[in-house]
Amino acid sequence: MTRDEAFLQFLLRMGDNTLILGHRVSEWCGHAPVLEEDIALANTALDLIGQTQMWLGLAGEVQGEGKSADDLAFLRDVWDFRNVLLVEVPNGDFGRTLMRQFLFDAWHSIMLGRLMTSSDDRVAAIAAKASKEVAYHLERSGDTVVGLGDGTEESHRRMQEALDYLWPYVGEMFASDEVDAEMAAAGIAPDPASLREEYDALVGRVLRKATLTIPDSRFAHKGGRNGRMHTEHLGHLLTQMQWLQRAYPGATW
Amino acid sequence: MKNEWPLWEIFIRGQHGMSHRHVGSLHAPDAEMAIKNARDVYTRRNEGVSIWVVEARHIAASSPSDKGPLYEPSESKVYRHPTFFDIPDEVGAM
Amino acid sequence: MYAQMIKTAGTGVKSREEMTEQERAFQDKIDADIKIEPKDWMPDDYRATLIRQIGQHAHSEIVGQLPEGNWITRAPTLERKAILLAKVQDEAGHGLYLYCAAETLGVSRDEITEMLLDGRMKYSSIFNYPTLNWADIGAVGWLVDGAAIMNQVPLQRTSFGPYSRAMIRICKEESFHQRQGYDAIRKMAEGTPEQKKMAQDALNRLWYPSLMMFGPSDKDSVHSAQSMAWKIKINTNDELRQKFVDQTVPQAEYLGLTIPDPDLKWNEERGHYDFTDPDWSEFYDVVKGNGPCNVDRLAARNKAWDDGAWVRDGLLAHARKKAAAKVAAE
Repeated sequence: MTRDEAFLQFLLRMGDNTLILGHRVSEWCGHAPVLEEDIALANTALDLIGQTQMWLGLAGEVQGEGKSADDLAFLRDVWDFRNVLLVEVPNGDFGRTLMRQFLFDAWHSIMLGRLMTSSDDRVAAIAAKASKEVAYHLERSGDTVVGLGDGTEESHRRMQEALDYLWPYVGEMFASDEVDAEMAAAGIAPDPASLREEYDALVGRVLRKATLTIPDSRFAHKGGRNGRMHTEHLGHLLTQMQWLQRAYPGATW
Repeated sequence: MKNEWPLWEIFIRGQHGMSHRHVGSLHAPDAEMAIKNARDVYTRRNEGVSIWVVEARHIAASSPSDKGPLYEPSESKVYRHPTFFDIPDEVGAM
Repeated sequence: MYAQMIKTAGTGVKSREEMTEQERAFQDKIDADIKIEPKDWMPDDYRATLIRQIGQHAHSEIVGQLPEGNWITRAPTLERKAILLAKVQDEAGHGLYLYCAAETLGVSRDEITEMLLDGRMKYSSIFNYPTLNWADIGAVGWLVDGAAIMNQVPLQRTSFGPYSRAMIRICKEESFHQRQGYDAIRKMAEGTPEQKKMAQDALNRLWYPSLMMFGPSDKDSVHSAQSMAWKIKINTNDELRQKFVDQTVPQAEYLGLTIPDPDLKWNEERGHYDFTDPDWSEFYDVVKGNGPCNVDRLAARNKAWDDGAWVRDGLLAHARKKAAAKVAAE
């Protein structure tokens, strides 16, 4: 694997994470439990879509085949996607959506913090912009997880169920492979495994405040970030997201 | 109804502003969430702003024009007038 | 116009002689363009009419999120997705501002929301029509927001202070909506034959429902006369409808699209377009609940509200626990 090939994979991982999660969060628009949450979720989704444009834009540039961020988002198939499985699982109830957001935001904020000192200026610049947004995402999702975990009996139960369901998807964010080794060697991005300790401390602190119990098992589903085996859910998401581009090839919108 | 989130009044001072200005209201379970909601609703998260939130029931307001005994002390809260409701014809008497 | 068919409370405009001293002072203020504020004395009928009007307007914003939200996950580019999401989010914001204005009249947001959910209050009939192809998103911005702006710009001068201020804030954001809509449909009208077909299809379906947004003719209505005297309605429905047609026809021509009205033509003498009135029996059917999407729209709002109850309760319970712990610590 050449450095540019690894770099492309890394950029797709970043951009596909924000693309797919942004899409999932946008599904809430008009359906949230209260107006203020509806507006806040839309802001989160908008930030993620904006970050996608930057990551996939750069991916297209590095790839050198003249593809735009839209080409990459709308014209690849499931096996080309490099997002972690966590972000493609369905929204479930509001509790699961916010728990997923929190588990991702915590990783995202730590990752972006490291990327701000990337040896690649373009990566550092995207990370600098995104990290401000994500710091707020984390603050908001963390507070909501605490509020609902330590709310009523029902909200506590639902949040624990959400955590139990999502926890097996956490480990994939810290799996390292040859792409990561290449990126770390080039000083472009950290080895994901090196983020785990900070992550566990952060997540542990918030979940304790939320009176929730982290499952014992460290079992991790994987296959998203290398595209080997996504969940069945991603294909359905893509059939919606890509429908117009696929049905009317070559049209401009 | 009893579990309705309280109403908050939002005051924002922009980056170069001299003072906090009332920008509107929103609902939130507590002050911390009110500040966050204010960021999302009223600033679309511009940075460099300062936000104050005050629960609406704690705001006492002057009467704009009328004076005197019409206003009992209990009416000095802006946002909680006795609920006045006109039930539409279709639903009949309630 | 998101507030249609508002029945003004009361029995019609009173003459000055019939008014009490308080009512006269109130009307004088309105005539002098002095805003009425929540703590000012106001006739019960004024309050009741405003609650209905602002409430219906707010509900329309919230239900109005649904037909456009229907396309967020299918937007064809990242930029279109972001624009549409931002737009639908703005509608949530507009609903929020308007509910707050209604709250100053003594009705809480949850109370008024429940009146929407159980059908006691209405929302604009336009949102009971479906969005069936991507060009509908452009057409909604162009036509529906265009019609709404016609009504909202004059309402910035409405007599009730909080309503007027909400409208000022909303109008600032609305022009973005109409422009993005026109821009989206223009791309389609200038695009492939299929895209052009989508644009024409959207216009065909949404033209008459857009004209209905202004409500039935009200030039002889006693209700309208009272609302106009109170300056909570500024123009008649017919005036606004004509203005909308006059403004929209050249815009459609520019796009190369055909307005689905064979009798539409410029009337030199009147200085306006003559056009075919919408089918008002269809309008009344939709208002009664028989539009293509009434059941789905209300079901979606009810589901969001019911599914969200545990979230609202949970966060409030946590806030109360925190407050109690704080008191205990002091």
